[in-house]
Amino acid sequence: MERKIILENIEVEGIRSLEVYRKNGGYKSIEKALKTMTPDEVVNEVKTSGLRGRGGAGFPTGMKWSFIDKKSGNPRYLVCNGDESEPGTFKDRYLLMNIPHRLVEGMICSAYALGANTAYIYVRGEFKQVIGILNEAIKESYKAGLLGENILGSGYDLDLYVHTGAGAYICGEETALLESLEGKRGNPRLKPPFPAIKGLYGCPTVVNNVETLANIGWIVNNGGEEYAKIGIGRSTGTKLISACGNINNPGVYEIEMGLPVEEFIYSDKYCGGVKGGKELKAVIPGGSSVPILPKELILKTAGGEPRLMTYESLSEGGFITGSMLGSGGFIVYDEDACIVRNTYNFSRFYHHESCGQCSPCREGTSWMESVLHRIENGEGKMKDIDLLVSIASKIEGNTICPLGDAASWPVAAAIRHFRHEFEFHVLHPEIVKNVKHGSLEKYMEVPAVTGE
Amino acid sequence: MSEKQFKHKLYVKKGLDIAFTPETLTKIQTIISHYPEGQQKSALIPVLHIAQEELGGSLNVDIMDYVAGLLNITPIEVYEVATFYSQFYIDPVGKYVIEVCQTGPCAICGGEDIIAYLEEKLQIKVGETTEDKLFSLKAVECLGACGMAPVMQVNTEFHEFLDLKKIDEIIAKLRSESELKKPEELTWKERLS
Amino acid sequence: MFKVTIDNKSIEVEPGTTILQAARMIGGDVVPPAMCYHSELKDSGGKCRSCMVRVAQGSAADPRPMPKLVASCRTEVMDGMVVENLTSPQVVDARKAVVEFLLLNHPLDCPVCDQAGECDLQNLSYENGTSVSRFEEEKRTYEKIDIGNLIQFHPNRCILCYRCVYAADQLTDKRTHGILYRGEKSEISTFIHQAVENDFSGNMIDVCPVGALTDKTFRFKNRVWFLKPMDAHRECTKCSGKATIWFRGDEVYRVTGRKDKYGEVHDFICNECRFEKKESADWTIEGPRKIESYSVINQNHYRNVVIPSVINPIKETME
Repeated sequence: MERKIILENIEVEGIRSLEVYRKNGGYKSIEKALKTMTPDEVVNEVKTSGLRGRGGAGFPTGMKWSFIDKKSGNPRYLVCNGDESEPGTFKDRYLLMNIPHRLVEGMICSAYALGANTAYIYVRGEFKQVIGILNEAIKESYKAGLLGENILGSGYDLDLYVHTGAGAYICGEETALLESLEGKRGNPRLKPPFPAIKGLYGCPTVVNNVETLANIGWIVNNGGEEYAKIGIGRSTGTKLISACGNINNPGVYEIEMGLPVEEFIYSDKYCGGVKGGKELKAVIPGGSSVPILPKELILKTAGGEPRLMTYESLSEGGFITGSMLGSGGFIVYDEDACIVRNTYNFSRFYHHESCGQCSPCREGTSWMESVLHRIENGEGKMKDIDLLVSIASKIEGNTICPLGDAASWPVAAAIRHFRHEFEFHVLHPEIVKNVKHGSLEKYMEVPAVTGE
Repeated sequence: MSEKQFKHKLYVKKGLDIAFTPETLTKIQTIISHYPEGQQKSALIPVLHIAQEELGGSLNVDIMDYVAGLLNITPIEVYEVATFYSQFYIDPVGKYVIEVCQTGPCAICGGEDIIAYLEEKLQIKVGETTEDKLFSLKAVECLGACGMAPVMQVNTEFHEFLDLKKIDEIIAKLRSESELKKPEELTWKERLS
Repeated sequence: MFKVTIDNKSIEVEPGTTILQAARMIGGDVVPPAMCYHSELKDSGGKCRSCMVRVAQGSAADPRPMPKLVASCRTEVMDGMVVENLTSPQVVDARKAVVEFLLLNHPLDCPVCDQAGECDLQNLSYENGTSVSRFEEEKRTYEKIDIGNLIQFHPNRCILCYRCVYAADQLTDKRTHGILYRGEKSEISTFIHQAVENDFSGNMIDVCPVGALTDKTFRFKNRVWFLKPMDAHRECTKCSGKATIWFRGDEVYRVTGRKDKYGEVHDFICNECRFEKKESADWTIEGPRKIESYSVINQNHYRNVVIPSVINPIKETME
């Protein structure tokens, strides 16, 4: 067990530099892919590996690649999505800061597989340090003949550039990212057409997350079959988990898919348990937009099976009793966390980050924030709770891009599992107004009234 | 809570003489060359970053019009983009823009206390700039460093695992850094005009 | 040709036709409403979400339904596609939701709005809205601004359909206004104080589905339903010269492009025709403009009005 793919050798001093990275086996996949494999063979290995998009949606990467339009005659592009901004997620930043060549290597193989001669890495503007590190890495690779014309004498050319964002969560949505890359406002496009047909500058484009692309070198080296042996079922390989919140060891961990959630939270190898010896209250397992689950449901499924870190296990039970692996942003809440305040916080986030293009999201996110603000400040009414559920359901599925869903799921899930806390806020405005942080549980002996 | 009474803020062109240095212009030409011919608009966001950094910390109409000219696009295309992205400041800001993350993971780890403490320490509210134009305080959404919560960035430098003592140290360091120069040297071209 | 079935009615259309266009070819109740889509403006549509429909069968080759409702204005038909508009309760619900969202911050100032009587939002709300609002918050408000001396912009009424931006982009040589800021704070603006002055800028008024952009020369002059629209034309070097001129008695109150029954203008007119030619002598009158019989503009002009069946259930619930 305990195989590392992305963070392998992360502890080696100087691994950030090309020299040390190469000494430790880096860039071997380039030789193999460019000189001994056809692009389609690379695509097939990725298909075999079962690798799924690590940005959140979990779409099979090989399949996404196979959709790219090869007949149009237009240039093809590979774009790396490094606009990491989902609250709770900071894995890509960690990867890029520490081992940037893992991504560059993966991108060269991937661009070769797709027949792209230009690739961009879109990095969120706030990651200025990351941008510097990446540019340095790319410069080294050009110098070593790993980028540019006729890479390692293979006849294949690739130019790789870093593009900077400027603070917009929505640019993590792939078509908004492409708009932003074209120098426009980050308004998501209507799909279809999908980027694989009409992407950057109207040309066939594949957009992949940083972590997804960082896997490709390993897959080329060891074969898709070997990759698929790691993990469970359709959740193959490893996953970077960003662990944060009220835990002893926040940080980025590479786990093999299938690790029990309980072990991840309590083992000293990972989160190291809840901070300050407090009780676990709830977990958001895949970044702020996926449903929050109370302790009982995150450790075990409704059926009593241990919950595992896989796409399937975390979503077992649907949204009634399950959640999603999402981007792997694992946020842990201790017994003192106020779910209402946290839900308000996230709704403010989505309100702030809505691009404003389509009406349900533009108006709905603002409305939810207002209502939650009222409840959080002890000015809510019992009917506001159902109103929130209703607004969330009217945004969900009715918007151009998934931000609408991302904004409504946390609200709906918080009320689904912690309705009593919302009711408590409505029933005890005085307590709520005076207790801004932390737990209201200690006041909760007051019998909660359900319904109106 | 967001203010519900919006006022159309109309900005004025001051007719300032805006120009990048030749070195910067070369840098911008390199950036433009990263994109296919005719797609120079792609360079807009990177160029606005440079403009904001080198021409006074925020973007006024004159700067944006200058950028539009450089990239051969219309001014409104620049305004549309500059107002969309959180990192671009349309109104003048202080020398040090302190942006504290207020989103979920930071909030449950004390991010809100950090904001309150900074408000008290700098004697300004979120969104304001100190009288000496040294500090602007902003509460921003997720900075993507939740594992190091609470976090903030000062201009583009990240500060992680914050506590009140660390804040004291950071502010003191910034103050002493700025004292190395006279206040006149601190105020940017734009604020002098 | 592709065969598409919408609410059990079938039609054969050219590949590349959108669901909305196909529905308009069938006509009647199967036509979804559209607020932000305008067939003459490239890239418009998809934003307001009022035209969403359910695709119950993707195509004959791949009969799976589409997982989410789709914007009919921007989704092309496939051969054998089966679409549900009013026959899908999900669509009806979603449309109600969209109306609620669009009206949250809308001032509902129809009594003082020049667009009243020819407003797409008014029609949409009448057919899909409710009489009470669940929104208790303060509405978002802006001050109105003049964009030059011919057009007034009333931001409170704006539903951010982007039509005027596409119109300025595609009909004029240099766009000077656009969408600023983000999310709920988005607004149509010039950013700096600048008049939108261009020979074709007046078309922004015609493409605006609500009363956000209005003709300053017609402001508070009259109610549209008191006016008699006539199709007329004149020799014009700048535009087609095909317009609708609006009379009360012998007096011309305003000149607009010719709007079809979906509120779309297909022959855009220049500012000279729109703002400067307000004498009947300037125009060759062709005859009365045909206005849909249920429009309020036909008040007192038609007898035996047939109310489209879509309105009936709502009328019943209101009674």
